[in-house]
Amino acid sequence: MPYVQHTAEDQQEMLRAIGVRRIEDLFESIPESIRLREPLGIARGRSEYEVMRDMAALGARNRPAGALTSFLGAGVYDGVIPSVVGAILSRSEFYTAYTPYQPEVSQGTLQTIFEFQTMVARLMGMDLANASMYDGATALAECSMLMTDGAKDRRVVVPAALHPRYRAVLETYAADVDLEIVPVPCAPDGRIDIAAMTAACQGGGVLVVQQPNFFGIVEDVVEIRRALDTVPAANRPELVACVEPVSLGMLVPPGAYGAAIAVGEGQSLGLPPMFGGPYVGLVACAKAHVRKIPGRLVGATVDVDGRRGYVLTLQTREQHIRREKATSNICTNQALLALAVTVYLSSLGESGFRELSHMCLVNAHRLATAIGRLPGYALRFPAPFFREFVVRCPRPARAIIEAAKAEGVVAGLAVAARFPGCFPDVDERDLLVAVTEKRTAAELDAFASLLGRLGGR
Amino acid sequence: MEPTVSTPVKAPLAGVVPAARANGTTPTLFEKSRAGRRAYRLPAWEGHDTRPEELLPAHLVRQGSIGLPEVGEPQLVRHFIELSVKNHHIDKAFYPLGSCTMKYNPKINEDVARLDAFRGMHPLQDDEDSQGVLEVLWQLREALQEVTGMEEVCLLPAAGAHGEYLAMKMIRRHFIATGHPERDLVIIPDSAHGTNPASVRMAGMRTVQLASGADGLLDVEKLKALLDDRVAAIMITNPTTVGLFEARIVEVNALVHAAGAFVYMDGANMNALVGVARPGDMGFDIMHLNLHKTFSTPHGGGGPGAGPIGVRGVLRRYIPGPRIERDAGGRFCWGPAPDGAVGSIHSYWGNFGILLRALTYVKSNGSDGLRRIAENAVLNANYLRAKLRHAYDVKYERPCMHEVVLRGTGFRKFGVKTLDVAKRLMDYGIHPPTIYFPLIVEDALMIEPTECETLETLDQFVDAMLEIRREMEENPEVILQAPHTTIVRRLDEGLAARNLELTWGGETRS
Amino acid sequence: MAQIPKDLKYTEEHEWVHLSDDGTEATVGITDFAQHELGDIVYVELPKEGDHMSHMDVFGTIEAVKTVAELFAPVSGEVIEVNAQLEDSPTLVNESPYEDGWIVRVRVENKAEYDSLLSPDDYKARISEGA
Repeated sequence: MPYVQHTAEDQQEMLRAIGVRRIEDLFESIPESIRLREPLGIARGRSEYEVMRDMAALGARNRPAGALTSFLGAGVYDGVIPSVVGAILSRSEFYTAYTPYQPEVSQGTLQTIFEFQTMVARLMGMDLANASMYDGATALAECSMLMTDGAKDRRVVVPAALHPRYRAVLETYAADVDLEIVPVPCAPDGRIDIAAMTAACQGGGVLVVQQPNFFGIVEDVVEIRRALDTVPAANRPELVACVEPVSLGMLVPPGAYGAAIAVGEGQSLGLPPMFGGPYVGLVACAKAHVRKIPGRLVGATVDVDGRRGYVLTLQTREQHIRREKATSNICTNQALLALAVTVYLSSLGESGFRELSHMCLVNAHRLATAIGRLPGYALRFPAPFFREFVVRCPRPARAIIEAAKAEGVVAGLAVAARFPGCFPDVDERDLLVAVTEKRTAAELDAFASLLGRLGGR
Repeated sequence: MEPTVSTPVKAPLAGVVPAARANGTTPTLFEKSRAGRRAYRLPAWEGHDTRPEELLPAHLVRQGSIGLPEVGEPQLVRHFIELSVKNHHIDKAFYPLGSCTMKYNPKINEDVARLDAFRGMHPLQDDEDSQGVLEVLWQLREALQEVTGMEEVCLLPAAGAHGEYLAMKMIRRHFIATGHPERDLVIIPDSAHGTNPASVRMAGMRTVQLASGADGLLDVEKLKALLDDRVAAIMITNPTTVGLFEARIVEVNALVHAAGAFVYMDGANMNALVGVARPGDMGFDIMHLNLHKTFSTPHGGGGPGAGPIGVRGVLRRYIPGPRIERDAGGRFCWGPAPDGAVGSIHSYWGNFGILLRALTYVKSNGSDGLRRIAENAVLNANYLRAKLRHAYDVKYERPCMHEVVLRGTGFRKFGVKTLDVAKRLMDYGIHPPTIYFPLIVEDALMIEPTECETLETLDQFVDAMLEIRREMEENPEVILQAPHTTIVRRLDEGLAARNLELTWGGETRS
Repeated sequence: MAQIPKDLKYTEEHEWVHLSDDGTEATVGITDFAQHELGDIVYVELPKEGDHMSHMDVFGTIEAVKTVAELFAPVSGEVIEVNAQLEDSPTLVNESPYEDGWIVRVRVENKAEYDSLLSPDDYKARISEGA
């Protein structure tokens, strides 16, 4: 697309109005010594058709899991996306606007964020939610940091089965700011070791619990809460829950087990895998913490005529006002993805969302049961799981994955190979398998028999 | 250009439009919800009768309703379409929001991002199955290195502020690794974006503010006085937030280097420089780009963006992994970062969908187009400057770069503030400029037209601004009461902050 | 013109202080000029009763819609009462800065600190320079 539409006459008229002869004269404040004399070493511009062909050719070099029968999850789930999500997102009224700084001409964006905040708060069972963060890992890292900011006990207690990418981001954010990461091991069943956790939780700060954990296992959050409550209040860490939102159709929400802040990755709520982003970080919290949380907040109010309307609120927390004392540096967030989540959740609605969650739970168990009966295969952990589980294969998981590819199946994640050194409890035979709503009963059964064939080789 | 309505209307369209519509508010989806409605049918599955309690411990199973709305697809579509038309957006009209580079978002970018070959890529797929996406990242990295003159670009940051944060972490890491943890002070000019000091603080360093000179540029003498062996870096926005190029930048960068510190460039305003001059050639050590500003990716109502950083010299070793490599056979793969690099700052590999659009923009425009874009962005801003400088105050009397900053002090005498002018522009169908920023210009109006606007659009904006200037003298009340034609009028932001209502229905169930 | 009551003392940072007759207790608030500059006040972050504040240290913050200002302690001492009404009605600071909008009461430790504060005339001169 030719970007500049000025004719030669337009340019002449404009230069005359400005009082210079040539466009180059406008760049005189840039010293000659640092001006580019040569064109950039980039190919010249091309037509839309040519560029599209080029980009499609790049695309053709991919083998997207989304086009195959995929059991790969590990935090990113290839779920169904209703057509209305794309239809609303492609409205340029939404995607070509920016942050709603001027509320009178941004009520569309503001109200959708307000509805997003409501849905996220309800999903999480928390009082309120923000307008989004970059992704699940940064939401977790920023909120963990904030909940320890100013506290004497700058420590974050982290279970071993936290997603390794989240753990890595949390460690980055904690590095060089005197924030200590205190690890807690897994019990043999794959859940957090509650005795070790309780011992680690005597020094205040924050306890992170991921639900379900990286292995897909459902933590006993009620028991965790009970253990936490045995710690004297003055030393008791605040609970930061990191949840997979689809599980919240079936599992008790963070508000029910006393989380101070609940965070999560919104990708599974209507966003394509898209090689890791853009996604959307969810943040919900109890009212008491509203002035601490990062990111934009939209609130309801009235205009001078008494009409209901929406505005960005509590902006005094933010960087453009409080600068170095802000609760976060975040400015641009993931608003369009928050809109996608809002449309997705309203498309499924209460009953559809619960059915989705139920379906993932049941189908995952159907598959796990079938795999568990195969000779040489076993579930690695006995603890309850939601829609993802670790299988101990008779051969290295990498070999199974390679062989399954030939059949158009993405078998899952070879945990030890992909995240070496992260988990003492898994080895090269362990395969992390996820089940989304896309997988039919026939595909589940076919996958089990495929594994059976591959296991014997 | 005539405003649609030229006098205040207390009750818009009273008596003409039925009362139920005159209000203009859209009930929330929660109010529209009726139990039993549903817009989407899930694929068939077996096992509906299996109760969750059979598979999960009963005390961990959620009881009661969540509170999600239930609507059919037609109602759902109408709801969001009704809301959508309440937004001002680039595809509708002029959006000269300074510092945000609200340029047109080409439709081909969206078509590319809709290809299943990209959408369906899981971030943890094997390299051999990811050759296309890895090559996209490789090509974009090469292009951005060329545009910035930096040695290595890292595509991980999800937004400009995220890039600033990563860069500050890298600088912090360097001084700790080299045994100088006492170097933890970062100099921030008083004209900087608020993200700069906030990023420094999050990275565990401290800030010191540098007052700008009377010319709006860095005060080199004051800078010299601040440079000592505690300084880790300075963050410089170039062109500055007042729309000027830092003319002494080479000298400044040399001074900072001589003091043993690094120079960071906030590249928010890079749209003025692409193809014209390169930060790497100016001596910057590290910088960020905002792809949603300079590289035409959509702003999305507040994101997603992407904020890649460019790095030169010793700081390269702190770039987080994994890094894309290409082997002798032309195959792409992820390689590890060296020991001591900063850790990851993103769940996966950055906002890939945005990076994809930015590469499409680079290919569409090429070296010739990119330079032409920068030139015309600067031409457009200077044209507005020339046309408005007599009616409005321009603080700095010389050609600007990509944006022009006016100040509102001249019309205080009419009882009119910058905010009022912003609100009045809405009645002319124009999105207001950025206001009250940068902080060094009193009552600032920061106008960035971008290269996409035609002379006709610029002239319409000029006419609106001049008309508003006349209204100040003849009928200031019309400005003070503005906007008159928007779906809501001025909103009570104090009430919103005092009586927090952040969710529909207040307290949520748990 | 902003009100500057004659019976109070002031800080450079726009706090006012009223000293009890026996000189042991000080009531602190922000001035009429300050509330006007801040505009619509939405939140006052108060210390807790029993906290100790030190001369010219920050003891709280006061927020308007798009500004936040720090509150500086004009005198050192223990906080004996905070104006709990401000939690629900922060606009009392706008409506009645010297009466209902008071912020804290402090047990005065060092009367010399009070004596060193600005007189009404000095404060008046201070705000007219700034304007």
